[in-house]
Amino acid sequence: MTANLRRRKIYSRIFETLCALAVIVALIPLAMILFYVIKEGFGALNLDFFTKMPKPVGESGGGMANAIAGTLILIGIAAAFAVPVGCLCGIHLSEYPGTKFSSVVRFAADVLNGVPSIVVGIFAYGILVLPVKRFSAIAGGVALGLLMIPIVVRTTEELLRLVPGGLREGALALGATRGRAVFSVIVPAALPGILTGILVALARVAGETAPLLFTAFNNRFWSTSLTQPIASLTVQVFTYAISPYDDWHRQAWAGAFLLVMMILTLSILARLAVRRLERMNRS
Amino acid sequence: MKLKTFAVLLSIALAACQSNESKTPTAAAPMTINGAGATFPYPIYSKWFDEYQKAHPDVRINYQSIGSGGGIKQLTAQTVFFGASDGPMTDAQLKAAPGAVLHFPTVLGGVVPVYNVTGVTQPLRFTGAVLADIYLGKITKWNDAAIVAVNPGVKLPADDIAVVHRSDGSGTTYIFCDFLSKVSADYKSKVGVATSVNWPAGVGAKGNEGVSGLVRQTPGAIGYVELIYALQNKMTYGSVQNKAGQFVTASLDSVTAAATGAAIPDDFRVSITNADGAAAYPIASFTWLLLYEHPKDAARGKAMVDFLKWALTDGQKFAPLLGYAPLPQPVVAKEMQALGKIQ
Amino acid sequence: MTRSSDDRSFRIGTGAFAALVLLIVAGIAFELTRQSTLSITKFGLKFWTTKVWDPVSGDFGALPFIWGTLYSSILALLVATPIALGIAIFISELSPRMLRQPLAYLTELLAAIPSIVYGLWGIFVLVPIVRKVEIAMGAKPALGVGMLAAALILAVMVIPFTSSVAREILKNVPTTQREAAYALGATRWEAIKVAIGFGRTGIIGAVMLGFGRALGETMAVTMVIGNSPQISASLFKPQYTMAAVIANEFTEAADELYLHALIEIGLLLFIITVGVNLLSRLLIWSTKRRAVTTVIAPVVAEVAA
Repeated sequence: MTANLRRRKIYSRIFETLCALAVIVALIPLAMILFYVIKEGFGALNLDFFTKMPKPVGESGGGMANAIAGTLILIGIAAAFAVPVGCLCGIHLSEYPGTKFSSVVRFAADVLNGVPSIVVGIFAYGILVLPVKRFSAIAGGVALGLLMIPIVVRTTEELLRLVPGGLREGALALGATRGRAVFSVIVPAALPGILTGILVALARVAGETAPLLFTAFNNRFWSTSLTQPIASLTVQVFTYAISPYDDWHRQAWAGAFLLVMMILTLSILARLAVRRLERMNRS
Repeated sequence: MKLKTFAVLLSIALAACQSNESKTPTAAAPMTINGAGATFPYPIYSKWFDEYQKAHPDVRINYQSIGSGGGIKQLTAQTVFFGASDGPMTDAQLKAAPGAVLHFPTVLGGVVPVYNVTGVTQPLRFTGAVLADIYLGKITKWNDAAIVAVNPGVKLPADDIAVVHRSDGSGTTYIFCDFLSKVSADYKSKVGVATSVNWPAGVGAKGNEGVSGLVRQTPGAIGYVELIYALQNKMTYGSVQNKAGQFVTASLDSVTAAATGAAIPDDFRVSITNADGAAAYPIASFTWLLLYEHPKDAARGKAMVDFLKWALTDGQKFAPLLGYAPLPQPVVAKEMQALGKIQ
Repeated sequence: MTRSSDDRSFRIGTGAFAALVLLIVAGIAFELTRQSTLSITKFGLKFWTTKVWDPVSGDFGALPFIWGTLYSSILALLVATPIALGIAIFISELSPRMLRQPLAYLTELLAAIPSIVYGLWGIFVLVPIVRKVEIAMGAKPALGVGMLAAALILAVMVIPFTSSVAREILKNVPTTQREAAYALGATRWEAIKVAIGFGRTGIIGAVMLGFGRALGETMAVTMVIGNSPQISASLFKPQYTMAAVIANEFTEAADELYLHALIEIGLLLFIITVGVNLLSRLLIWSTKRRAVTTVIAPVVAEVAA
């Protein structure tokens, strides 16, 4: 082995080790955060947390029942808005991919994807809160839905394109209209992937705080009304975290723990769906 | 087809949610009244709304402490029914509102300088001029001659002062700046009085909560918070020199002393910082609830009037427990009269 | 014919929703502009160069926020990019096959943690650590909150985005490239360098994607950056970003001009992040195309000869 080769081999080893180190370096904050969230949050979780309302400032106890319900309602509204809009838009883009209109829409979806969530919040405030002069769960849900749309559009479009052309041709040959072919044959074939996209989008918005600040506001009480302000885990965790009360800090960690668990579950479900889709496509 | 059934199920679900709470309150359904504003009175307001709801389960008052400026803005935009502010609305703000807004003082509170100086556990004394210079960035070390001069016998370290102020618009800032502008012409011209100012020095934290949190964690820090937050957090706070030259520590008595001598105008917009009187605490202020004189929603208007009547009488007993000074009697009497204007 | 009218209603029906997406984006741009007219007309271009942010006197300038946003994001990139690329290379080229999925999943977990949780960890864990570092380095006063804490948190948040796209890029590099390198006697690292070189535009795109993410991050940053509108190259001084000032002051802006100035900042943030994201997608897309043409062209040449 020449000296040159030896030197190059050493360089190679050094850089490979650095890459391995990079992985470890990235995993350290992940471990720290998860460790802290679990340590502080799991201990603070008790039955009260899930069933009680927040107590007044300074009194200990109470829980975040309204915030948990609020977050579920908000992502429900977001999905109700984003799923039909995103899927149908994705369907259009995959069925008519070459048109100028489709290119423009694709461009718009990419733009929407990059908009910071706080800007979306300002937009939702302007069109959904100011004109009706009230904060509402709907405004918050729609703000979150706007953030979901680009993800749903992109995954729907790409997955529908992956469906083998033979399926569509077969359906059309049997006399189905375009619409029928798409909704009865192609979409069901791509459904696991589309669901994955929806779950990924839900996971993204479940952790959002900024857009909710000026739309859903917050609510100390139990409320499931769509036209009233509504509490949410993220905003509540934020309010408690910056407070000086230790009891509220504990609850903030518990809320953070719950949030992380929720998002983890959604992303695990998404991964399982992808695995199933890959298995289906292989068979 | 799947999409259709999905859509149908969804609309049923939405309709079910919708019918849960109607927009106009009936006798049976609870009425929610939304308000927003100051963080300064948040502890007493949250206690009051809680207590009031126990006695009147059909009235739910949802208050969010987003800052005095926010309270004024959301009230003006009519996205909330009432506002709360530690600084009275300016003439310009009153003009911008779509209707006449009335101010109702609810409690008295004080703003205290909190600090975290290594090795110092006893209360420090501050003069108005010293505080103004610290916040102007002119005094930068804890062992500055000016601070040492008013604190004889205290060993002050040569540490840097970490100035903490509010990052959000706040009535607490308003009260603090109001006082500093009265005692320092330099402060008045460089900074001024408002809920949000251009701070010459320091770090911004969100809410009374954020400031006390940051001061608690940072050695060498100084901040200003409402008395209740300092008490709740067992923070050391200093005494401040008042107009008569006495160093007064904030307490219920010293805060009330500041309000007793003041002349109360009919619209209740008055500043009581730097008040006369040997026992008066110089950084004291009313905090106001803001209501429209002629609210569009008569039912909610009446509910708020009833609430205020309760708060100004029975509610006052909760104030001392939380570190607020109850209102002097003549002020309450005057307010009860003014409440009659709302319809 | 019923068939074609059904097809037409399908096209129009789905097209309507596609148009809705277009309308939303146009609506955002329109709303942001409309709600900042007072500030645009009053300050004009001076808005981008004024340092003062004074709600009392009504004098607003966005320069400190632009500085804070760009500085924190660029610092975050400097920290995150080598790490993210290292991860991407490790996972796609170096790691044992068995570890690939779990490692990929773990890095994606970083992206799944909500911003608010990062903020919590930031104030309770990261800031005290940074404060100790500041004391050790003699910074005065040692606050802990400031540019360094913000840049570190942003770096952690950006890593998963850059690394997963970089992994995709590396996957798309044709194996012929690496094989050619090995055939010439390259070491493992040198072969990797060839792959990176091939996919470099895409990797730059991945980096820019991370940049776009850092620019718009709000909650985690506002909790650790100190919220003080000053322009300073010091890592230890508290500073302010565009997204943070909007989050802090939006609900309180009680007068019209103040509100419009804040929304104008939102408009600028919109324009910058959109521009960065589009540029990054263009770069990523052009690498994928290159992968196709570089393989096909020589094959075609071979066949035609």
